[in-house]
Amino acid sequence: MNEKAGEILVAVAGQPNSGKSTIFNLLTGARQHVANYPGVTIEKKIGSFYSNGDKVVVVDLPGTYSLTSYTQEERIARDFLLLERPEVVVDIVDASNLERNLYLTFQLIEMGLPVVLDLNMVDVAKRRGFEINIEELSRQLGIPIVPTIGNKGRGKNELRQIIHSTYKNKQRITPLRLDYGGTLEPILKSLEEELSGYPRLMEHYSGRWLAVRLMEGDSEVQRLVQQQSQRGEDILDKVARAREHFIRDHKKSPEKVIAQERYRVAGKIVENCVKRTKPAPKTLTDRIDKVVCNKFFGPIILAATIYGLYQLAIVQGYKLAEYTWPLLAGFRDFIALFLPSQGFISDPILRAMPLGVIDGIIAVLNYIPIFIILFALIAILEDTGYMARMAFILDRVFRYFGLHGHSVLPLILGGVCVGGCAIPGVMACRGIKDERARMATILIVPLMNCMAKIPLYVLLIGMFFAEQKAQMMFFISTITIIIALAVAKILTLTVLRKKESAPFILEMPAYHLPTFSGVMRRCIERVWLFVKKIITVVIIVAAIVYALINYPGLNKERDAYYKNQANQAIQTFYEKMGDNSPYTKVLSGSKLMEFTTYWDGYKKARMGAKTEQAKQTIDQKFYSKNPEFFKVVKRGKYELNGKKIVDKMPKRLRKPTGSYLKQGRSFEGKEGKKLSHQVI
Amino acid sequence: MTLDEVKIGQECSIVDVQAEGALGQRLLDMGFVPGTRIKVIRNAPLVDPVEIFMKGYFLSLRHVEAKAVEVVLL
Repeated sequence: MNEKAGEILVAVAGQPNSGKSTIFNLLTGARQHVANYPGVTIEKKIGSFYSNGDKVVVVDLPGTYSLTSYTQEERIARDFLLLERPEVVVDIVDASNLERNLYLTFQLIEMGLPVVLDLNMVDVAKRRGFEINIEELSRQLGIPIVPTIGNKGRGKNELRQIIHSTYKNKQRITPLRLDYGGTLEPILKSLEEELSGYPRLMEHYSGRWLAVRLMEGDSEVQRLVQQQSQRGEDILDKVARAREHFIRDHKKSPEKVIAQERYRVAGKIVENCVKRTKPAPKTLTDRIDKVVCNKFFGPIILAATIYGLYQLAIVQGYKLAEYTWPLLAGFRDFIALFLPSQGFISDPILRAMPLGVIDGIIAVLNYIPIFIILFALIAILEDTGYMARMAFILDRVFRYFGLHGHSVLPLILGGVCVGGCAIPGVMACRGIKDERARMATILIVPLMNCMAKIPLYVLLIGMFFAEQKAQMMFFISTITIIIALAVAKILTLTVLRKKESAPFILEMPAYHLPTFSGVMRRCIERVWLFVKKIITVVIIVAAIVYALINYPGLNKERDAYYKNQANQAIQTFYEKMGDNSPYTKVLSGSKLMEFTTYWDGYKKARMGAKTEQAKQTIDQKFYSKNPEFFKVVKRGKYELNGKKIVDKMPKRLRKPTGSYLKQGRSFEGKEGKKLSHQVI
Repeated sequence: MTLDEVKIGQECSIVDVQAEGALGQRLLDMGFVPGTRIKVIRNAPLVDPVEIFMKGYFLSLRHVEAKAVEVVLL
């Protein structure tokens, strides 16, 4: 880490569902940003706060149950702790799930890092009848403990204070040293001694931790030892022999004994420090799950949830987009003002290209209202704990195709039923822990029926199957899912075969009411991430597509042909108008082009207007801009200040202007329109 | 017997975990160590996976994974 003077690096670790992100937000407030860990799609949140004049930089590690090298999250959390050596590690522990959470605490302590234990959600634990003796717990673990209630903001200052004082008094803390029992300890001890002869290893890692990990058969640590010292092979040989002997003598692997001892000690500590004040009450979670995971009601509730997600995000989001679209269009027109004016049959590059790119961007930004609602709803599903139930109910279906229970949300967002969007779909794939299933899901999400594909479906169905519209739409949306699932199956059997696959084993967390700020924060974070990504991507793609469409361009003959046609159109127009028309002057020469632009602008403005009132304002505006043009546009009949005016003069013009100018209609935005269709 | 054979509502105690590598380690990490008591809560609507209660929390796992856990009924 780029450790600057006066900056204290703190890592926030903890098991999933321990309220880790709530505490991270509590500690850092709005002062945070999101990045990615190098090479992976896992979010890295970094925030900071000031304590006693020092800047404390806080990094949110992925939530993990353990710190082995079997999953990406665990490797990332572990590498951060080992390589960046944070000054303090805050371990977030769910107070009502102490035993399992201590399993991770032991591993953090073993790494030789100063650990502060944040006993979170103490209110829930109390409600469930747990009385935790915090002083005793702190004494037995040998580390400072702060009780907090993350979602209510309790314990923030105490936690900040203890982080700072732990940083100052590191040396005075002597945490618990876990004893792995008579069978393993002698081996660990001799390994530790052996390892102490390798100064390069000792510089970065705790000898005890290395010894334990090596005995557990951790492949990453084996590689690390090999890399860091020339005689690494000797140690690995020794470890391999020791493991072999151990398994032969005790009929079980060292990692089993290690896990068992950790849980034994955790159980003992819980026994000593936690009192049950009342028998375990039947929790609300139990009662909800009885219905939500029920054979009969479960699928119904799931379908209703998915339907609700659609209704709120896609349907309501589209309605919202109707309000935001004029803003975006206005922005485009505003930019257009500063660009060279349009030509009769083709626009100058300085106009067409920027407008093409802007069209591409606003076409995507148009979906933002939908995304805001969608991301907020996803955050709610995640925070309440319903997401785990969705996976539980549907895993059986998806597993068959090499996917995962968690694939359901990305696929829904991508458009299992008609009208989703691949972007939030792919973004939601982060939640899938199984790498193979995650890759397969990411690859098939774009095959779903996203909103931009619907117009094409409608067009095709209208052209070829006009009589069976509904059935065909149903057929298309069903066949896409079948094809996508088949593709997933093929992918997992071939290209993705070698990708890591993780066991399903999924915690079913207790239901929680999500907090408004937590949901909004996640929603805004994701929308912002999306906007940043999409703008850069769209700019590049739009520019490339523009180039592909326009170069090498028309050959000379075709170019001449179109120019000729344009000239003819103008010629015919003037001829039809006749020599003695009063408008010959108004529409002569370069004014004709000016008029086309004017008319175009008028049509656009009228399209946006909904009420009669608005239409009149527009008329007024255009009239004052150019009354002569206005008369032609209105074909002589118009209303002004409530008065109906019929101008007889342009009567002869009516037909010709209409049909001929339509032929020579503005091509402005032609590239843009093409582009926006290409991009989406 | 193995955990996948335990009926809904029955309680059992873990004897051993017969799995290596990622699955084995994951089971150990989640608390599948000898002596741990497990109560089988329910099957998913499509029978698989199964939800269990142990060490104060709820967990779901697939039947193939549950097969690796050797138990005795209580």
